[in-house]
Amino acid sequence: MTINFFNVRKFYTKAALYKNVQLTKDRFPYLKRGSYSMVDSTDIEYFKNLLGVNNFVTGEEVKSYNEDWLKSVSGFSKYVLKPKTTEQVSTILKYCYKRGIAVCVQGGNTGLVGGSVPVFDEVILSISAMNSIISFNKLSGVLVCQAGCVLENLMNYVQNEGFIMPFDLGAKGTCQIGGNLATNAGGLRLIKYGSLQGSVLGLQAVLADGQILDCLNTLKKDNTGYHLKHLFIGSEGTLGVITKVAIQCPNSPKFVNVSFIGLESFEKVLSFFSLVRKEFSASLSSFELMDAVAIKSVQKNIGIKCPINDNLKFYVLVELSSDNNYISHSIQEFLEKALDEELILDATVADQPSLIKNLWKIRENIPESLLRYGYVYKYDITLPHELFYEIVPEIRKRLKNLDVKAVCGYGHLGDGNLHLNVATIEHNVEIASAIEPYVYEWTSKYKGSISAEHGIGFLKSKYLKYSKSNLEIDLMKKLKNTIDPKKILNPYKIFPQDEIN
Amino acid sequence: MARVLVGVKRVIDYAVKIRVKPDKSGVVTDGVKHGLNPFDEIAIEEAVRLKEKKIASEVIAVSCGISQAQESLRTALAMGADRAVHVEVPQAQYDTLLPLHVSKMLARVAVDEKADIIIVGKQAIDDDSNQTAQMTAALLGWPQATFASEVTVADGNVLVKREVDGGLETVKVKLPAVISADLRLNEPRYATLPNIMKAKKKPIKKLTAADVDVDLAPRQQVLSVEDPPIRQAGSVVPDVDTLITKLKEKGHL
Repeated sequence: MTINFFNVRKFYTKAALYKNVQLTKDRFPYLKRGSYSMVDSTDIEYFKNLLGVNNFVTGEEVKSYNEDWLKSVSGFSKYVLKPKTTEQVSTILKYCYKRGIAVCVQGGNTGLVGGSVPVFDEVILSISAMNSIISFNKLSGVLVCQAGCVLENLMNYVQNEGFIMPFDLGAKGTCQIGGNLATNAGGLRLIKYGSLQGSVLGLQAVLADGQILDCLNTLKKDNTGYHLKHLFIGSEGTLGVITKVAIQCPNSPKFVNVSFIGLESFEKVLSFFSLVRKEFSASLSSFELMDAVAIKSVQKNIGIKCPINDNLKFYVLVELSSDNNYISHSIQEFLEKALDEELILDATVADQPSLIKNLWKIRENIPESLLRYGYVYKYDITLPHELFYEIVPEIRKRLKNLDVKAVCGYGHLGDGNLHLNVATIEHNVEIASAIEPYVYEWTSKYKGSISAEHGIGFLKSKYLKYSKSNLEIDLMKKLKNTIDPKKILNPYKIFPQDEIN
Repeated sequence: MARVLVGVKRVIDYAVKIRVKPDKSGVVTDGVKHGLNPFDEIAIEEAVRLKEKKIASEVIAVSCGISQAQESLRTALAMGADRAVHVEVPQAQYDTLLPLHVSKMLARVAVDEKADIIIVGKQAIDDDSNQTAQMTAALLGWPQATFASEVTVADGNVLVKREVDGGLETVKVKLPAVISADLRLNEPRYATLPNIMKAKKKPIKKLTAADVDVDLAPRQQVLSVEDPPIRQAGSVVPDVDTLITKLKEKGHL
């Protein structure tokens, strides 16, 4: 008998499903469509002939490609192209470049900053049909695959060979590796395995004019010239379309241990973090913070109960992974001591895979649970550890008299990355302006990043300046204009429109 | 107040991918994560709740198995059982142990411990036998209420809602009785660290099969354990008409 867990992001929430998402062009009336060509009947024939009717989507079905997962933005594209090969991507882009047709590149469409859906009527280039695993080298641990492979499928594939993917996200059941790279996704294991830039050995990308750039290296070391692959990691589809990926997978740790811990103050969370890192630095693979509001939201809206005392102010999830079984024993001893000293107030420890999954499910369900209130303002910021949580009560104060369902903070404390989420019934200008640009100014003041792992996309483009200097932005624009002079790839993203167009 | 005996079994964790031994004599258990049988977890939870409602005076967890079965007993103690009994069965005999052997051991322990209620999981997720509750009841001559999704104890009786095809059946049995727990009976609590620390001080009584006069001689022989056949990959058809033609070809329509 099996007891199945379902992956949350495969299922849209009821509230979100029936809500009509306001078109981006109506919500942001100052935006102007770029002077791109309209798709005509000749273009349609061309795409149909190239891809076949099954891989050319039009009609009602396009809706889900136009709207983002958060249901916060929506384009009104009429066509989705689903190429199966790099050559098809190249042919499509060559054609669009010649014709001046704008293209929105889309992976699993789980992005949180409106970067993966069209703003106007850009043709959607979905990579989802490019989902083959090309090779896996058991000796080097290098996986080569097409960019449309779903992360969870890759995880399962390499797991059978005794390896793991070097990163993990709540959206793993839907998000795709190409999108992960294009957005330089962070996630739950960054503290141990580092940012994706270190794990990606090579990639293949198609440039705006259709040229195929092959940087599909599988070598661990290669210092020959500029490391062009890094240009595309985090480029959010504005410089090229990633079509193939070579990624270094670490061996599966033999033993994994997850503990779920309750504490009474943020100061204690920090002392606890510092102790955990000192004691378990080599095996620490996640250190996630969840505040009481986040836990309540998961309990109430998803129905997952809190494994320990649910009346505490802060919770952390600590994952250790190691090749010796001693971690289970030592973490238990360590926590017992912390309990005796009242550094922590309650805890549960798991080394069984089923229990580990259940504990992770609480953390992974936070975004979904908040979305069930209706609408979520999401901020993903990096801050120095000592300031990590301060912004949350600050924002609560600012929103005290407004109709807000939840203001909560959670995230990858180990990496200094906070997710500040404000849940409301629907989008409201007054609430939005009470948070923005305040939260970005605050972050910038403390030299934080206004987007730690979600990227800039469409929704944060006007705040780019809070984290990048003028010279940096200038250089970025020069790059963009050199590689994609007609700016057909993911227009309106990353750069504020008035500045680039 | 009633004394409740709960049977627990240590099984391979349900999230682990099961591998068959190369000689097909069984499944690989070495180095594989084990845990409490999920249905037994539900059984313990129910017993602990009876104690919290002051219906049960004492909860005793029992496991028949190799020395590691004590890990499962410790979990049961951390969840709230008061003490535990471990009938140790050496590995060689454990390999051929059947529900009948376990039922005999459980029945005897129940008599020795003067239990009024026995709660076990409806089945263990490793062998899926679903026999222990029924046979234990028969051996003791006690009534049984299996597949419980709700348990109410009052006036020397137990009212049990059972999940049957198409609905719920309510049965009333007299104490002492045997109950088997179904999936929806409750949602078991986690063993928290403060409780795990307390559980370290709770006693586990160790017995052998001889102590409870049960003959563990094998009664059946496993001939072969095999992997399920690998599912054939599907294929994508271009349109509904082709799908219908193909279904007709295969005689499904």
